[in-house]
Amino acid sequence: MKEPLFCELKAPLDARSAKVESSRCYYCYDAPCIQACPTQIDIPSFIRKISNDNLLGAAQDILRANVMGGTCARVCPVEVLCQSACVREIGEDKSVEIGRLQRFATDQFFESAQPQMEKIFQRAPANGKKVAVVGAGPAGLSAAHGLAVLGYEVTVYEARAKAGGLNEYGLAPYKVTSEDIQREVNWILGVGGIELRLNSALGIDFTLDHLRTSYDAVFLGLGLHAFRSLGIPGEDRDGVYDAARFIERIRQAPRVADLPVGRTVVVIGGGSTAIDIAIEMKQLGAESVTIVYRSSEEKMSATSHERELARNQGVVIRSHARPTQIFGKPNGSHSVEFERTDRCTGERFELPAEQVFKAIGQTLETRQWWGQTQLHLTASGRIAVNEEFETSVPGVFAGGDCIAPGDDLTVSAVQQGKLVAQAIHAQLNPMEKGEVKDGRSHLSDRRSEISQSFLAGFSTSNG
Amino acid sequence: MKSPNPFWLASAPPTDKKINVERAFRAGWGGVVWKTLGENPPVVNVSSRYGAVGWNGQKMMGFNNIELISDRTLEVNLAEIKEVKRNWPDRAMIISLMVPCQEENWKNILKKIEDTGADGIELNLGCPHGMSERGMGAAVGQVPEYVEQVTRWCKAYTRMPVFVKLTPNITDIRMPARAAKRGGADAISLINTINSIVGLDLERMSPVPHVGGRGTHGGYCGPAVKPIALNMVAEIGRDSETRGIPISGIGGISNWRDAAEFMALGSQNVQVCTAAMHYGFKIIEDLTSGLSNWMDSQDYRCLQDLIGKALPNVVHWNELDLNYKSIAKIDQSQCIHCGLCYVACEDTSHQAIEKKSALSGLSQSFHSNYEVKNDDCVGCNLCALICPADCIEIVPQETGKDYLPWTRHPQNLLRT
Ligand SMILES: Cc1cc2nc3c(=O)[nH]c(=O)nc-3n(C[C@H](O)[C@H](O)[C@H](O)COP(=O)(O)O)c2cc1C
Repeated sequence: MKEPLFCELKAPLDARSAKVESSRCYYCYDAPCIQACPTQIDIPSFIRKISNDNLLGAAQDILRANVMGGTCARVCPVEVLCQSACVREIGEDKSVEIGRLQRFATDQFFESAQPQMEKIFQRAPANGKKVAVVGAGPAGLSAAHGLAVLGYEVTVYEARAKAGGLNEYGLAPYKVTSEDIQREVNWILGVGGIELRLNSALGIDFTLDHLRTSYDAVFLGLGLHAFRSLGIPGEDRDGVYDAARFIERIRQAPRVADLPVGRTVVVIGGGSTAIDIAIEMKQLGAESVTIVYRSSEEKMSATSHERELARNQGVVIRSHARPTQIFGKPNGSHSVEFERTDRCTGERFELPAEQVFKAIGQTLETRQWWGQTQLHLTASGRIAVNEEFETSVPGVFAGGDCIAPGDDLTVSAVQQGKLVAQAIHAQLNPMEKGEVKDGRSHLSDRRSEISQSFLAGFSTSNG
Repeated sequence: MKSPNPFWLASAPPTDKKINVERAFRAGWGGVVWKTLGENPPVVNVSSRYGAVGWNGQKMMGFNNIELISDRTLEVNLAEIKEVKRNWPDRAMIISLMVPCQEENWKNILKKIEDTGADGIELNLGCPHGMSERGMGAAVGQVPEYVEQVTRWCKAYTRMPVFVKLTPNITDIRMPARAAKRGGADAISLINTINSIVGLDLERMSPVPHVGGRGTHGGYCGPAVKPIALNMVAEIGRDSETRGIPISGIGGISNWRDAAEFMALGSQNVQVCTAAMHYGFKIIEDLTSGLSNWMDSQDYRCLQDLIGKALPNVVHWNELDLNYKSIAKIDQSQCIHCGLCYVACEDTSHQAIEKKSALSGLSQSFHSNYEVKNDDCVGCNLCALICPADCIEIVPQETGKDYLPWTRHPQNLLRT
């Protein structure tokens, strides 16, 4: 067992506090919070069930709408999603703590002596059709699960040694642990009909051409694995890291104490990844951690809540500066030179740094992994899809971070996976309507489009 | 009878022995009705005695008990009462009594309490559990003839003022109240507790509180019973036979506002039990300062100015003005867009609220707006009662029409 080195920044609710908090929900009609949730969880209903001691019912409401409701409860930026729409926020500047209540309900379910999984989902009889899913991240697993429930035989190909994708390799350890993630992976696979092939990489171990001929449909939930570069001198020095890669090392290290931790750390970027790496380095023992962002703080894609979290951990945030050069110092440490962007004088300053982290976003890896099959990409370099998440190649669908516009949220990836399962089902069964077991059709759900547009509205690309 | 303030503790555990009562007096309570005394040997109580109804996270909205009267000997109680009264001469000390319904029994016990120095007695004709099965308490209070008889005996055998405490477990509270008056009662106290099963333990399939897996009905009190008590107090205050008899109001009083309501309906003073059991004696501070500050703000110079003030406005339904009209008005600037007014009106009332979706066009807001359809609103108040933001006002409308009660309404075939 790995020692829990990172302290959880948002503590779970105990049964009593959950009950008190649940009593704050007004049970709104046509509740704004539902509309602000990318997966449209019926939030007032699950909260009412918590307050009425119907915890299984609460778990049903959550997990049927969002199969990764447990992780999302921990990592969603609720302050810009459900909780931002809570009417208590308007009335008294203090929303109901939806995220923590959702975590309470899902934890109660998964931690019960014998979680009644079959009460949440039951797989339809096998329908004899096969779908390949590439990538066992949130989008891939959600799609695989949705399809398996509908009776498909699903094979999930995952390049790495563990399933979970960014949940496993990218989320901040102070938000969610590997045990949490693997518990969730097991729950998803537990529905049946899903075969997981680890260490199988597209373009290396198999090709897209091969998948197209062997399966009735293909879903690509690839994620983004290439790193943007700053394009400045000194970027390739030792001690200059891609933040996401380093987070992966932190998450997977057998002993976190063996990782290199600089006394002075500079983080370049303005998204959640910048916040995460900054807090993690601080918790690992860095004395000073400074995030530097090129524009104003309000333009950062990290929410004000996330920025506050970082500040509370002692992280300094500087705005309006862009890096121009990284120097080496004789003692092996570095100095990062910045140019101020809020003055036209070209004024520069330097920050000393034993470690520099680049958190300026990731892009689609464009190796020739698709064989003869050519997929159209968007101008931003992500895979282009239509409204049904189908790519330019018939029968090949895509979702999650690898498609445009992309907001890089776990919860959106889960929702897309869910919608893709519906879309594939609709395409392979033109006579039937895509319905999942709980009887709600998500494709025809007007609210899903709305939350998509909402997400598109607030998210910006990293950097 | 005098007490430094109108707040007394009702006959119950807070008043069942010297140590509690002296703490209460120290905290500032104006008087107590000592926990009901009975004959020797004393009763025996069960273990596990109280149940409660909470609501939406709030504890003790309703409270119930299956306790009996004092379970200590008469001598111990009387000695303590005497001592406390000597130590606190300015506080009202009333002794609550309950004995079998025979003249001798009442005569005997009254003799015994005579030299305690107490200011009065209260006849417990209301306890609904345990004692009533033995022919006492509510078993007496439910039969007006017995009420009258017992009161008459007590008036005959003591000089002390006699309060008759009524049970609410009855169809028409005026009957025992009239009987008490006929019997010569100096005052009426009400209400005692209401028959109740506050809940079931669904695992044990037993009422709560359960005693070894079984339960029994108990007496209900606390904030939940206040509306029932207020109605009964008003009934007695309005009845031509009982009008004017001093009333000691009891039932769910937790704050000065509750007390003011009881008084405005004719109570001379009030008694408190559950609120003290919930929060301790210190609440007396808020009760006295709240009532006095509010009275000053309203220019009531003394309690007599307030007592009974609302009674003339409590009328028979037939006297209400059918031409009066009011409609709901939503203060849009305070609305939090929860939609509860809309769904309540749409599903269960008059479909008089319109939902204006904010989702049209490219708007990013998830919050709809709600507007009252004035022509359809009947002024039922439901929306205003539900609104968590208190932003709905029910506004009286100018109709220009004269007062029209049902007794004169054209649709009333029996109109006068
Ligand atoms: C535990 C308990 C014991 C009670 N015992 C008596 C009693 O011995 N004699 C009596 O007249 N009323 C008794 N009552 C009734 C109270 O005096 C009072 O009438 C009733 O509780 C309503 O007031 P409240 O709502 O402020 O509690 C008792 C009430 C409770 C809760």
